[in-house]
Amino acid sequence: MKRESQLSRQRKRAAWLFLTPMLAVLAAVALWPLLKTIYFGFTDASLDDLAGARWIGFRNFLEYVDYGDGTGEYYGLLADPTWWNAVRNTLFFTVVSVVFETILGMIVALVLNANFRGRGFMRAAILIPWAIPTIVSAKMWAWMMHDQFGILNDIGLSLGLISTPIAWTASADTAMAAVIIVDIWKTTPFMALLILAGLQMIPGDIYEAARIDGVNPIKVFWRVTLPLVRPALMVAVIFRGLDSMRIFDLIYVLTPNNAQTTSMSVYARQNLFEFDKFAYGSAASTLLFLTIAIITILYIWAGRVSFDGGR
Amino acid sequence: MKLIKNLLFYVLVLVIAVIAIFPFYYAIVTSFKSGTALFEVDYWPKVISLANYISVLTTGNFPRNFLNSVIVSTAVVAISLLLAITAAFALARVRFRGRSLLLLTILSVSMFPQIAVLAGLFEMIRGMGIYNSLLSLVFSYMIFTLPFTVWVLTTFMRDLPIEIEEAAIVDGAKPWTIVTKVFMPLMWPALVTTGLLAFIAAWNEFLFALTFISNDVQRTVPVAIALISGASEFEVPWGNIMAASVIVTVPLVVLVLIFQRKIISGLTAGGVKG
Repeated sequence: MKRESQLSRQRKRAAWLFLTPMLAVLAAVALWPLLKTIYFGFTDASLDDLAGARWIGFRNFLEYVDYGDGTGEYYGLLADPTWWNAVRNTLFFTVVSVVFETILGMIVALVLNANFRGRGFMRAAILIPWAIPTIVSAKMWAWMMHDQFGILNDIGLSLGLISTPIAWTASADTAMAAVIIVDIWKTTPFMALLILAGLQMIPGDIYEAARIDGVNPIKVFWRVTLPLVRPALMVAVIFRGLDSMRIFDLIYVLTPNNAQTTSMSVYARQNLFEFDKFAYGSAASTLLFLTIAIITILYIWAGRVSFDGGR
Repeated sequence: MKLIKNLLFYVLVLVIAVIAIFPFYYAIVTSFKSGTALFEVDYWPKVISLANYISVLTTGNFPRNFLNSVIVSTAVVAISLLLAITAAFALARVRFRGRSLLLLTILSVSMFPQIAVLAGLFEMIRGMGIYNSLLSLVFSYMIFTLPFTVWVLTTFMRDLPIEIEEAAIVDGAKPWTIVTKVFMPLMWPALVTTGLLAFIAAWNEFLFALTFISNDVQRTVPVAIALISGASEFEVPWGNIMAASVIVTVPLVVLVLIFQRKIISGLTAGGVKG
């Protein structure tokens, strides 16, 4: 009895010893920079003078400037139309791309879950878009979407789908569509693989029973498959959703300096390092962090997602 | 009826495969074109010219950028695996108060938007004097590789039976010996999987690499490719960009095809269980 507790004490001590380096690194690389960013959001820090930052309260977020003659104006992020434009872009991008990725990912997963010749090849082919660096896929698609020499316009013209070449990435009407198309291409594989893992956990005899009873396959999908993959689907959707909310690389490279596609992350980085409004950019980063945190908590609470795999 | 159904199914399979593979195939076709051939749309290679590859590999900093990416990604994998395997032992095999809270906290870090720490990290990296150095990337990349490797290795270790440890405990082995002598040999598959995923994540990272390095020699390949530009807006060297893209992507595609099964199991362990 004595020996047992001594042993477990020794193990607990070792456990904390083992955890400390990892926790210290995480604190240094995540916790402290996060707190520092939030702090900068409440100061007047500029890129050249971070040390001289002074506390200015909520002025980066919202401030009413009274002109003394009975009129006045609101300043700050919450009164900034370009910020709200970035919020709208991000939310629109997230909702549309995640919806498409879920539907297409489900289709691809159902295909991969079927038994057919060449299934191994298909699984490998699906991984290619996932493995390609985002920057490379942005460049590849930028070339395919080129207004003069792009293959997309060539296909569209020869099939008669479009009558004149489209400047996919430059035109205000299509820039967001271009970003969404590339994102769907790049991340549907991830979605499909997560859903596939969920599909493979469904015991085969359920399908067998449905087949013997002669249940319509579409009904089987809605009544059996979908409810049973729901946990895997929920996790996949939240992962993709959070990832889309912070989108930066693809937009930065595919459609640079385009108000139609500027996301919250792009807006924050522009202010931090390009417009010399470091504190303002920090405030924007803080708001993005808050938005994502709140959405995550709501989603987990509403969907009762279990991250522990039912343990 | 059955025949039509089968046919439709295979058409669907074909469509998915073409959409998945075509853009990369087209990048390869483009990379072998030179001069005015670039401005004609071809669906298969007509002539093969290595001019773009030679130009990318002999002029500019691309070879150096490639080496930078290899160094950073390798260092990130080594450090995060070392930190994660010991942490995973503690989280998976030892019962202590606050264990699940700790796991949840670590998981939540992986949901951080990178931009939320950018300003703070920038100040820190300048303060530490590692701005413009590859160290800044090795350090900052821990934010996304550590939570993930800890999580996957923890779930893997938790599934191992208690018996494998018992003999070592009875023999009086210390926890460090148990980790290195008992678990390490069993963990190779999990280490390879998580290492690969961490490598790919580090190899592809853009935002930190763009922000913490401002000199062309120290850049990593994603940033180098993003910044390749011609003399003017109308002279973008698409041939060079495609050649560089193929060079950085081929190693990844080869790795992915070789370790296909491991990668899928790692992705889903990180996903479905966390």
